[in-house]
Amino acid sequence: MRGWFLPMAVVLGFVFLYAPIVSLVVFSFNESRLVTVWGGFSTRWYGELLRDRQILGSAWISLQVAFASATIATVIGTLGAFVLVRMGRFAGRLLLTGMITAPLVMPEVITGLSLLLLFISMELTLGWPAGRGLTTIIIAHTTFCAAFVAVIAQSRLRSMDESLEEAARDLGAGPVRVFFDITLPVITPALVSGWLLAFTLSLDDLVIASFVSGPGASTLPMVIFSKVRLGVSPDVNALATIIIGFVLVAVAIAGWLMRKQMSKGL
Amino acid sequence: MSAGGNALTRSAPWRGTAWAMGKLGISGRMLVIAIPMLWLLVFFLAPFFVLGRISLAEAIIARPPYTPLFERGPDGTLTIIASLENYRFLLTDALYRNAYLSSIRIALVSTIFALLIGYPIAYYIARAPEPKRSILLLMVILPFWTSFLLRVYAWMGFLRNNGVINNTLISLGIIDSPIQMMQTDFAVYIGIVYTYLPFMILPLYANLTKLDGALLEAAGDLGASPVVTFFTVTLPLSLPGIVAGCMLVFIPAIGEYVIPALLGGPNTLMIGRVLWDEFFSSRDWPVAAAVAIVMLVLVVAPIMWLQSVQNRRGDG
Amino acid sequence: MAKAAVAAETRPWRDPRAQPFISVQGITKRFGDFTAVSSVDLEIFRGELFCLLGESGCGKSTLLRMLAGFEQPTEGRILIDDADMSAVPPDRRPTNMMFQSYALFPHMSVEKNVAYGLLREGMKKAQAYARAGEMLKMVKLEKLASRKPDQLSGGQRQRVALARALVKQPKLLLLDEPLGALDKKLREETQFELIRIQESLGITFIVVTHDQDEAMTLATRIGVMKDGGISQIGEPQEIYERPNSRFVADFIGSVNLFEGKVDAAAPDFIRIQTPELGAVLVPVQQGLARGQQVWAAVRPERFALSRQKPQGAQNAWQGVVEEMGYIGHMTQYRIRLENGRLIRASQSNRLRDEDPISWDDHVWISVSPQAIRVLDE
Repeated sequence: MRGWFLPMAVVLGFVFLYAPIVSLVVFSFNESRLVTVWGGFSTRWYGELLRDRQILGSAWISLQVAFASATIATVIGTLGAFVLVRMGRFAGRLLLTGMITAPLVMPEVITGLSLLLLFISMELTLGWPAGRGLTTIIIAHTTFCAAFVAVIAQSRLRSMDESLEEAARDLGAGPVRVFFDITLPVITPALVSGWLLAFTLSLDDLVIASFVSGPGASTLPMVIFSKVRLGVSPDVNALATIIIGFVLVAVAIAGWLMRKQMSKGL
Repeated sequence: MSAGGNALTRSAPWRGTAWAMGKLGISGRMLVIAIPMLWLLVFFLAPFFVLGRISLAEAIIARPPYTPLFERGPDGTLTIIASLENYRFLLTDALYRNAYLSSIRIALVSTIFALLIGYPIAYYIARAPEPKRSILLLMVILPFWTSFLLRVYAWMGFLRNNGVINNTLISLGIIDSPIQMMQTDFAVYIGIVYTYLPFMILPLYANLTKLDGALLEAAGDLGASPVVTFFTVTLPLSLPGIVAGCMLVFIPAIGEYVIPALLGGPNTLMIGRVLWDEFFSSRDWPVAAAVAIVMLVLVVAPIMWLQSVQNRRGDG
Repeated sequence: MAKAAVAAETRPWRDPRAQPFISVQGITKRFGDFTAVSSVDLEIFRGELFCLLGESGCGKSTLLRMLAGFEQPTEGRILIDDADMSAVPPDRRPTNMMFQSYALFPHMSVEKNVAYGLLREGMKKAQAYARAGEMLKMVKLEKLASRKPDQLSGGQRQRVALARALVKQPKLLLLDEPLGALDKKLREETQFELIRIQESLGITFIVVTHDQDEAMTLATRIGVMKDGGISQIGEPQEIYERPNSRFVADFIGSVNLFEGKVDAAAPDFIRIQTPELGAVLVPVQQGLARGQQVWAAVRPERFALSRQKPQGAQNAWQGVVEEMGYIGHMTQYRIRLENGRLIRASQSNRLRDEDPISWDDHVWISVSPQAIRVLDE
């Protein structure tokens, strides 16, 4: 694996990863409506995007859904992980282990369809949830995002020295106090990355949301999907560029924060 | 408070508290277990029972568009109406069998390509010196944080007949007329490999960084050429990483809907897409439910079983 | 008379009327099929520094964790100052523990770590931090009060852990391998520091350790543990000089064991017939029956070596020096007897010997009957 082969394979690999993204960004500044034919520099698609009420509205819905489901999923995933790692044996332990990891390998179409059928059955028998919309999307996203949070929280809890919690018990703190004084602060960095992952996954999801959403509650991916299904469209390029810019800024801030934390620790 | 209670508390200050704590502790413990348990029972497990029940019904034009499972007869008795008709339909109609097989084929081919592209990159990053290594690793992860849908969309602009690739090739004079790339299985392979490449690289990288460089030196010292060393030392030792990476690509690829819908042609059959169309286009909920159940049994169950076997081996 | 009173006060375990402060009664702990601790009885007195000594897996840490309340005994009970601890959770026990990993809260400063226990008692913040400050002064860390644990050296962390465990003035302090993570030199200094602190505060300590030197230096008494049970409890000297079994004799220090049978009683001595040494004379001892199988245990330093046959020695044998190791303050020998048995002996180098006994020298090796311990198990 020496000589020219490896570096070339790597360069080609990265070209493969980045060329489509770069072309996406470049053509977002294209004057022409034909996305792939260069017609001069322009920012007109950004202006059009900002006037598109449908896209702006669905982006707002997506952000609300992502924020709510990432937050609830972090609570549920953390509790699930804590129960599995710290609470020893209890009835239903095996069931919980299975249920918390299964969403990771469940195809989205199955999760989406089965949840929709559940919501409909619940509405028929219990009268709740009335119709489908924000609430049902949040519930669906919470369920599959909680699995990801649980995996992260579980591995952090396993690597955490359990004697920290015992020491706090020993010094007179009750179980609840220990959780909030010791366990939670120690695993917080892991929970933050779990929350961010859940937020991203929720923002990104098209399939599950398509099943469980109702009229008037289209998420951003749903709107984008209906647009691009009909072919390429330059305002989607503009949107993609904005998202990429946002991610780059977020990564830069995270990297800067991490370096600051590290230099403080040393 | 009664005097007796006071005396008890006074005589052993902790005893009363311990009793209360014990009471609270037990119910508190149950509460903590109950929250994730109930959520998952209702919103993860229960849906499968609903799915199973509707897969036994018949499609009708009504709201909801399927027949009830129980029917009250004129004499007030309940009869269960369950038919395996949907399942028989799935078995007899070649469309579904082909869709299952073609999903597995497409996922398998894509996984192999992802491995062939991902392995050299993971190997290179694992062997790179530190500042370079972190930067390359970040570059692998970065696309994952941008929208999945938009990354697939980017390939539409690339692969179209008047897309970037064809335009470039024509302007260079290499070809005269555009090559049909969109709406082919080839485009679906590209889409899957592109989307899931980070999932292949990361476990491989994690495995390859643990590889002791002294092993490669020892193999060289004992007379193995770099190529022989790679095939006799590096590759066998990285097998767990290969398995993990392949699972992470294969599992989501098999149920994929968006990629075949956007990049694939009308002939690109994948089971996720069939289910979607059955539900949204044909509006046949019972058949969609049956497709989901069969998918669960044929695809998800074996994967979960494999994973649990692997985990158990990992523990031992 | 005065001397006896002092002895009874500082060594209450020698006084049959003394009330134990901590009483472990028939404690057994099983994890599934595995018995970690099996029917242990233990009485520890106020102000003691008691060491539980044993190899890893002998159950000493499990016993300590049951005292702290982290494990519930399968059978038996624990009394601390006459109070039954069975239903008392760890946060309500009058004990504190110093963990092997120190378990310092990584997100809290040194000062916050030490004050944590006081705040849980409901003490006012100002008062708690003042007390924590005093405690840090005692372990000489007052200047580092605002540091985080990951900014401290191993020795400093160890002292923070000690201060945090002591600040609540527990009735009983449990220490799990308190010096295990320190390097050799620091460990020796810290041993005496630990004794100083323990004596000045008068708190009862139970220390778990696998290091016999540490146990011998620290302890008022040692409990030697094996396979979940306690083999012997005694003062360090007692454990070393009068071990009750081959296991204890071999575990604490080094020993030569000779199997034999009780043969006959002479007026002042008992004779033991051994296949390897022939007849060995030992002091008269209760409870030995004729024909009983016993082991004669001799510490290496109890042997005397000489080139000439020693005058009037009751137990003397001839052999050849096969190995020797000069350590400085002493020299270790391995001497091969004529019948092939190898004996470990050591001589302290009190004088500078111009012609020391060396390799291949033919020597006499002798031991006085009083220096032999007879073991029946």
